[in-house]
Amino acid sequence: MILIALIAIPLAGGVLAALLGRHHPGAARWTALAALGLDLILALAGLLPALTRPPQAGPWLIDLGLPWIPSLGIGFHLAADGLSVVLILLTLFLGIVAVACSWREIGERTGFFFFNLMWVLAGILGVFTALDLFLFYFFWELMMVPMFFLIILWGHENRIYAAIKFFLFTQIAGLLMLAAIIGLYFVHGRATGVYTFDYPALLGTRMPAGLGMALMLGFFVAFAVKLPAFPVHVWLPDAHTEAPTAGSVVLAGLLLKTGAYGLLRFVLPLFPEAARAFAPVAMTLAVAGILYGALLAFSQTDLKRLVAYTSVSHMGFVMLAVFAWNEMALQGALIQIICHGLSTGALFVIVGMLQERLHTRDLRRMGALWNQAPRLGGFAMLFALASLGLPGLGNFVGEFLILIGVFPQAPILTILAAAGLVAASIYSLWIVQQAFHGTAREQWRIRDLSGRETAILGVLTAAIVWLGVYPQPVIETARPALAHLRQAPDGAPAPAPEPVAVSGRQGEIDAQR
Amino acid sequence: MLEPLWLIPALPLAGFVILALGGTRLPRWAATLTGVGSVGASALLTLVTVVAFLGGLPDTKAYTRTVWTWFDVAGLSIGASFYIDALALTMMVVITGVGFLIHLYSVGYMAHDDGYSRFFAYMNLFVGAMLILVMADNLMLLYLGWEGVGACSYLLIGFWYRDPVNGYAARKAFVVTRVGDTAMAVALFLLFDQLGSLQIQELMRHAASVWTVGATLPTVVALLLLGGAVGKSAQLPLQTWLPDAMAGPTPVSALIHAATMVTAGVYLIARTHVLFDLAPVALTVVAVVGAATLLIAGFSGLCQKDIKRVLAYSTVSQIGYMFLALGVGAWAAAMFHFMIHAFFKALLFLGAGAVIHALGGEQDLSKMGGLRKELPLIYLVFLAGAASLSAIPLVTAGFYSKDMIIWEVFAATRGGTLLWAAALAGALLTSIYTFRMFFLCFEGPLVTPVTHRPGWTMTLPLAVLAIFSLGAGFLEIPHSLGGGVRLFSDFIQSALPPTALIHKREGYEVICQLAAAAAAIGGIALIWWLMLRAPQAGQALARRPAVAALSRFWLNGWGFDRLYDLLFERPYIFLAHIDRHDIVDGFFNLLARLASVLYAWAGATQTGRVRTYAAGLTVGAAALIAWVVWL
Repeated sequence: MILIALIAIPLAGGVLAALLGRHHPGAARWTALAALGLDLILALAGLLPALTRPPQAGPWLIDLGLPWIPSLGIGFHLAADGLSVVLILLTLFLGIVAVACSWREIGERTGFFFFNLMWVLAGILGVFTALDLFLFYFFWELMMVPMFFLIILWGHENRIYAAIKFFLFTQIAGLLMLAAIIGLYFVHGRATGVYTFDYPALLGTRMPAGLGMALMLGFFVAFAVKLPAFPVHVWLPDAHTEAPTAGSVVLAGLLLKTGAYGLLRFVLPLFPEAARAFAPVAMTLAVAGILYGALLAFSQTDLKRLVAYTSVSHMGFVMLAVFAWNEMALQGALIQIICHGLSTGALFVIVGMLQERLHTRDLRRMGALWNQAPRLGGFAMLFALASLGLPGLGNFVGEFLILIGVFPQAPILTILAAAGLVAASIYSLWIVQQAFHGTAREQWRIRDLSGRETAILGVLTAAIVWLGVYPQPVIETARPALAHLRQAPDGAPAPAPEPVAVSGRQGEIDAQR
Repeated sequence: MLEPLWLIPALPLAGFVILALGGTRLPRWAATLTGVGSVGASALLTLVTVVAFLGGLPDTKAYTRTVWTWFDVAGLSIGASFYIDALALTMMVVITGVGFLIHLYSVGYMAHDDGYSRFFAYMNLFVGAMLILVMADNLMLLYLGWEGVGACSYLLIGFWYRDPVNGYAARKAFVVTRVGDTAMAVALFLLFDQLGSLQIQELMRHAASVWTVGATLPTVVALLLLGGAVGKSAQLPLQTWLPDAMAGPTPVSALIHAATMVTAGVYLIARTHVLFDLAPVALTVVAVVGAATLLIAGFSGLCQKDIKRVLAYSTVSQIGYMFLALGVGAWAAAMFHFMIHAFFKALLFLGAGAVIHALGGEQDLSKMGGLRKELPLIYLVFLAGAASLSAIPLVTAGFYSKDMIIWEVFAATRGGTLLWAAALAGALLTSIYTFRMFFLCFEGPLVTPVTHRPGWTMTLPLAVLAIFSLGAGFLEIPHSLGGGVRLFSDFIQSALPPTALIHKREGYEVICQLAAAAAAIGGIALIWWLMLRAPQAGQALARRPAVAALSRFWLNGWGFDRLYDLLFERPYIFLAHIDRHDIVDGFFNLLARLASVLYAWAGATQTGRVRTYAAGLTVGAAALIAWVVWL
């Protein structure tokens, strides 16, 4: 029941915020904050104890299956394993950050704004826990519509173009996924006589290679658009740039992660052969995204657009890792998912704060702001360093685990991806230089961070430092879930991860002599 | 006694946290106490550790302490663990000792700067990261320190952020070294893939047992590690960032860009010397890189106009000596020169800082002169530093360390006459550029009036460093000079193997020493003659067109900057610029436009006129019939 409550609380909180917000905008803010706070407490209290269960009890810490439309094999099946738990906590944490950073930014239709924000979050929570493919698709669509409103109603200058572009890309990709889901439903039904949308039942469905590839691609495109992977990333810079700060935080921190989650949860476990055959293509696209995103980030003059392109680069690492499909790379992908959410979220928050003060996002008009806002500058420096993968901050752990995990499988691609680290340092330091260092190009008079703003960035800093120096709790939480994902569909354990044993390498070394 | 080992890096890091959180609200005395005190305490603890370590020799040659597990994934278990042996201790003594002196000096040097507490915050962070680098027991933690010092170097080069030139220099330093760091990261991936560990001692044992000398894998790994080392240590071909790094405050140049961080590459190679021993090709590359760098940087040092850039090229050149020593397997000599170099180069930088400070920020050598009488104390300590850098025989520490390298380059099994000749030529260049700078600064008429005089926080560190620059050489007196004192070699031998020599006879050694001494003194005599004894001859020489052109070429660092600008920087910026609107986006927008054009066409057919519709029907039916009939 706790999973239903986790999703229901933001839904109800959103409705309440909308009702209260008509006359008392302040009440809407506090309602949203209270609902998410309650949800977070509930998640911590309800999910963390479940982690101590013995591992032989299976990967699902909490499993809830209710009949929904039994005649079509649709069930209301929610479940959470370690992977879901980590992502749920990230969702609620960043949700609270998003509410906090909208505190003063949103002055119009406040109640409806928080309604949309809460419903996006509820949709995301549903995506991270749904185990029925029909239900998954339902939540997938649920998170899209309020996001569309967030962009088109509270966005910046070019919001209508951006919102429609966002909607078209995700909707077309979503329809491909729906077609693939229905295809899988019939393939499984014909083969076994059991027509169901239930994920555990669909695992291990046997199908001809060509059909498997087609269905896999249906899912892959949907998730690749969301991720976003090169070359279907083009909706992201517009959506990010035009969205209000909270929208960008949720987009970068969470919505993109549903794409990564989908690849992890569905594409590789449901279609192992097709995915393995497709892996070289996907990994090449991933590396292209890493390098292309980094180059494009450097070329932007709109700070928000710049940060948006860094997402393309960072999420390329995640896709690279997912298709390498070994334990090290997957753990790295998860850390990268979390840390990208934190660091890019923080950068968007910082851009929002700058825009609130300067009413521009144009890097060419900024400069020497450190002078007047050293605390803001210090935080910007820290998150820029996180974004370029400085050890001691979380992103490094993610990227390093990914690269060291992928290396044995694809050394050349790994080296190219590692070159992305150089490119990342170019654009990250460029942000700090253009905005905070150098000479003042215009005479700005701005104030440094307020208490609320310091608190938001302080909490994000604490999280990214914690993941940088002691990510082990996250690794432990996700380990059984990732191991289960990697098991072959018929239940046989997957082959041991390649790189560990020295003795296993002996043959190769001898061969070299 | 070795239990609180973790405190040595933790204290400066704690200092950083306090200074960063306190920011400008911290009173000045508190910032000073935190910034200088934390490094001072760390230095004291290091001394205690050295004493305890010496007590444990020769039974225990290394200590390992794990503080916590950083992460543990799929067989890769990385601890925040420290490994202390003679090599690490040598580095730690220099980092904390010289570091403390430079922090103390900065109290006076930075006294009037707005960013006083920010400065000490970055400096403390640097010391902490550098200590982690040298104390790490695994390559991952070493990499953390490695990148950490790079970030601090970036922060401190760009410390005076309002000048975009400084910002450019800072970013250049970070990005150029990161190219090397990425090569090093690939080495880590390869090592873990092949040997299943990143724990340094375990790696060395495995590598020695499974890899044969000269095999491909150890060579590739060693060359990749060398990539990291040349980046950090500003050796060819990644040396270009160091001269520009002088944009930072002078204590930063002394600490990071002379005494400690730039020698991290030397440390890395010494630390992984087992791998390099397995890869003779890579070792030869190390030696050649060192020899080439020491000559190229030496020539550039001859022509610089900025006092700090002379010292920067000198640093590049002296690290070239250390690489040369590493390349011929003279591990102890490389580390000895590292230590002595840290003393005299820190001294020279701090002395230059005192001069710059005294002249109100003037760094141009042509605007200096005649300071001997104005700043007698600075004159004396600078003379000590210059003498040590030029390796004046017998009385300076630089002589003993450089002589050790020159001799072993000649005598080692991996050495050779050509490398030896390069080292000797470098010695001649060194004394020429050093005393050119010295004479320009202190001799002749007074050019710029002295406005500030250094206080005790600045002069005390200078005096201490001067004593070490002259006296520390007596730790190691060669047999040929009747000493046979080998305190440093004996100490470092517990961590690094002795050099394999082919020539062992003292006769050779004496000839070698005489040659080195002649190079050092000859260089000084030459520049003295050209500048002070017969200045007309010197000026006439400088006016010769060939000399002038060469000197411009060397002034600009052999054109490397221009080359890299053309090869990498401009193409990257160009690519970014032409694609700033994202060509992929253009493609999708084209699709959208195509759709709307098609929509317009299709929409245009809906005219509402029956005639058109009837005509359409007729044509369609005819086409259909034709298709059925003829196909």
